[in-house]
Amino acid sequence: MKVGIPKEIEPKEFRVAATPKTVNRLIKQGFDVFIQKDAGLKANFSNEDFKAAGATIVPSAIEIYKECDVVLKVLAPKFEEVELMKEGLVLLSYLWPAQNPDLLKKLADQKVNAVAMDAIPRISRAQKMDVLSSMANIAGYRAVIEGANHYGKFLNGQITAAGKVDPAKVLVIGAGVAGLAAIGTANSLGAIVRAFDTRLEVAEQIQSMGAEFLSVDIKEDGATASGYSKVMSKEFIEAEMALFKAQAAEVDIIITTAQIPGREAPKLILEDHVKVMKAGSVIVDLAASTGGNCALTKNDEIYTTDNGVTIIGKLDQLPNQASQLYGNNLCHLLDDMGKAENFKINMEDDVVKRAMVTYQGKINWPPEPLPVSPQKPKIEEPVVSPEELALAKAKASRKKIIGMVVKLSVIGLFLFLLGKVAPSDFMGHFTVFVLAVFVGWQVIWNVSHALHTPLMSVTNAISGIIIIGGLLQVSDDISSPMTILAFVAILVASINIVGGFFVTHRMLKMFKK
Amino acid sequence: MISTQIQTAAYLFASILFILSLGGLSSQESAKHGVFYGIAGMIITILATVFGAGVEGHIYIIVAIAIASVIGIIVARKVEMTAMPQLVAILHSFVGLAAVLVGFGSYLDPATHLLQGAEHNIHFVEVFVGVFIGAITFTGSIVAWGKLDGKIRSKPLLYKGRHLVNIILVITSVILGVLFTMAEGNEGLPFLMIMTAIALFIGVMLVMAIGGADMPVVVSMLNSYSGWAAAAAGFMLGNDLLIVTGALVGSSGAILSIIMCNAMNRSFLSVIFGGFGEVMHGSEADMVGEVTSIDHEAAAELLKNAQSIVIVPGYGMAVAKAQYPVHDMVDILKKAGKQVRFGIHPVAGRLPGHMNVLLAEANVSYDLVLEMDEINEDLPKTDVVMVIGANDIVNPGAEEDKTSPIYGMPVIQVWNARNVIVMKRSMAVGYAGVQNPLFYKENTDMLYGDAKESVDKLNGFLRG
Repeated sequence: MKVGIPKEIEPKEFRVAATPKTVNRLIKQGFDVFIQKDAGLKANFSNEDFKAAGATIVPSAIEIYKECDVVLKVLAPKFEEVELMKEGLVLLSYLWPAQNPDLLKKLADQKVNAVAMDAIPRISRAQKMDVLSSMANIAGYRAVIEGANHYGKFLNGQITAAGKVDPAKVLVIGAGVAGLAAIGTANSLGAIVRAFDTRLEVAEQIQSMGAEFLSVDIKEDGATASGYSKVMSKEFIEAEMALFKAQAAEVDIIITTAQIPGREAPKLILEDHVKVMKAGSVIVDLAASTGGNCALTKNDEIYTTDNGVTIIGKLDQLPNQASQLYGNNLCHLLDDMGKAENFKINMEDDVVKRAMVTYQGKINWPPEPLPVSPQKPKIEEPVVSPEELALAKAKASRKKIIGMVVKLSVIGLFLFLLGKVAPSDFMGHFTVFVLAVFVGWQVIWNVSHALHTPLMSVTNAISGIIIIGGLLQVSDDISSPMTILAFVAILVASINIVGGFFVTHRMLKMFKK
Repeated sequence: MISTQIQTAAYLFASILFILSLGGLSSQESAKHGVFYGIAGMIITILATVFGAGVEGHIYIIVAIAIASVIGIIVARKVEMTAMPQLVAILHSFVGLAAVLVGFGSYLDPATHLLQGAEHNIHFVEVFVGVFIGAITFTGSIVAWGKLDGKIRSKPLLYKGRHLVNIILVITSVILGVLFTMAEGNEGLPFLMIMTAIALFIGVMLVMAIGGADMPVVVSMLNSYSGWAAAAAGFMLGNDLLIVTGALVGSSGAILSIIMCNAMNRSFLSVIFGGFGEVMHGSEADMVGEVTSIDHEAAAELLKNAQSIVIVPGYGMAVAKAQYPVHDMVDILKKAGKQVRFGIHPVAGRLPGHMNVLLAEANVSYDLVLEMDEINEDLPKTDVVMVIGANDIVNPGAEEDKTSPIYGMPVIQVWNARNVIVMKRSMAVGYAGVQNPLFYKENTDMLYGDAKESVDKLNGFLRG
């Protein structure tokens, strides 16, 4: 089977759908790989690199769309590209099916089987193919770097001989993949990070990445079954706005990542929020392409407002690594679809049936909903009053005392009976025995777990002490059965003693710091 | 000839040395001196006994000890650390055998039959009990040795009504004991012999019924028995030193058994009565997710990019003798400035502390080797966990799945780390016979193949 990678025709797109490494993987999967000349140049992959990895370089996109069975792309194809595609071609790329109904129709008319990589469902199995996550991760990192660059001060606090520098305060709104990546990056640069999300379940993730979780006083969970957040109530939004206003006056960098699929991004940072911000502070808006979370964001632009706040609406994509991750996502999907030999479009498959937006001339969108977030069963904790608790405790301790008394009386009775029948000699030995058990008990609990094997071998050696029995029984008359028995006893017990000590010593010598 | 008082003093001194010897094992440093306390105690004991009153046949004693020393040193020198469980088991059987022989010897001693009344009865009971425990230890240890050495199938041998049979056998032994105590002169000998045969049989069946996973418990249990057998011989001979030492060893084995049982969340009785190691069929259908595998190159890449790495070895590492290449790997990774540590589960391997010895043998510094509780806290901050030949001890089902046969057993929570690489021959289940949901987790990748070869390959990629 032939896989083709055309060059992206959008001038602002620097990524490419395959890298030399992923080409290698595709070849391992059994595909023949064709790549358009110069497709990887903007992401720093030369034609030679691709050739060395085993791909065939073709001069134009036409060959790719006409000859190949599977085409890998980054951005959604333009109409003129779709027109070049042959019937039955499998296309893997971003499509944004909800926003591009015309494109879907065009693809369906052309009988192209198109997989929208942005429509891969967010289920555990498909995480390795989830391009939104892999790209969001890059965006989150880049947002902090870009923000720090325009902020122009230290992010970390320092105490130097020349005086103290306060750490920067970063507010991250939206704790999806991008938000969490931003929190992690900002935190590792030494900034004080706060984060807000309407979904309460992410509080733990935010804290684990090193940020403080901000919340409003209204209890409302924004989580939905799809894993994205929903639109919140009016009261909630008011409280949220008040919180953002207070934070805006205080923080140095705001990074917004809030997006709701298929809709315009919610406006979270309003004009009067920007007004109260300190001069020199920065807003990085990762939702700029869908309208922006900040009311003043201009898509694809970086500018400074009158009161000195820099608003960033465009980000560099790190095309080299972004291409690598995107390419990996594609490889994983092809892996899942059966690689080259068993390549099959399985419309029963949970992932394929949702992402395959056009199939055999028909539009297959929107898909049936699929719940993802793990549902936590609510556990009703029984209410226990403090009195009941105290009562239960008293009961338990009384039970314990009674148990102890019973045990001790049994032991006492046993010893009394024993003392009645046993000769005094035996009682002396018995005393020694019981005390030795207690000593052993105390000593052995202190033995380090790591030394349990040497403990066993040394106790092996020591239990060879039974040799005493043999020593006392052996006589000068070797023909007497008692002496023979004793001789064998001495023999085996000595093997134990010598072997046990020797091997223990050998083992302990090996333990080195 | 030394007086009885001096002999008693020497025995007391030896007891102190033995206690110090065991106490020394609380740390690796003091343990090295501990062995010498033990050896000194033993030499003092033997000399004090041989030069005591009434000991004859010195020439035979010297011959026996000489032969035994040669055998002991050869065996102890040659034994591989992976074969330690077998050695420990076979040494237990020697103690058992010696206890049986001493018991018979004591019965045949003409002086025994001069005893009267309660003294006579008590002494006969001591002989009887001593032989009984000794015989069980003897055959039990031999079977354990066979199982550990792979000479006997490690699958538990279970038959219907075995508890009933065992109970009948024990009751029969008690009746024989009564008859034995009442018998005049040497007439009790047949009873003693029949009982010995029964006890030998019980020993075999007891260990046959126990499966592979429970071997650490069995070995520590037999360790305990060998101690009690020595203590019983002490009562028989009226020798306090034997009693003290036997009690020390007995409680040591008992504590080890308790530790092992806790580590498997099993009651001591259920282990002794066996049946755990039998294969239970976990259903694969219950597993959510997908097993992903990884090749050596990619695994090496993961390790290269990691900052902190934890290695969790299991019996598979011992079988493949992978501890040496593992040590090389640790060296390479440490030179690259990474934090590498080991996490040891108490029941990893076939003997308590077995993994620690194997790693020590491969020159791994014991500072790097941590216990389960120490490592579990750090796992969420760990980049890569490598599980080498371990299965049940890293099974999240023990914490999450109430229906799992190993539910409640404390395990090493490797799944909390960012990435887990599981080195394994195949997808086969572990000794407990339960499916391992770990393999189906998102962050787990399987690296199939022989542990030693795999680690060697990884080392190649790590160096390159």
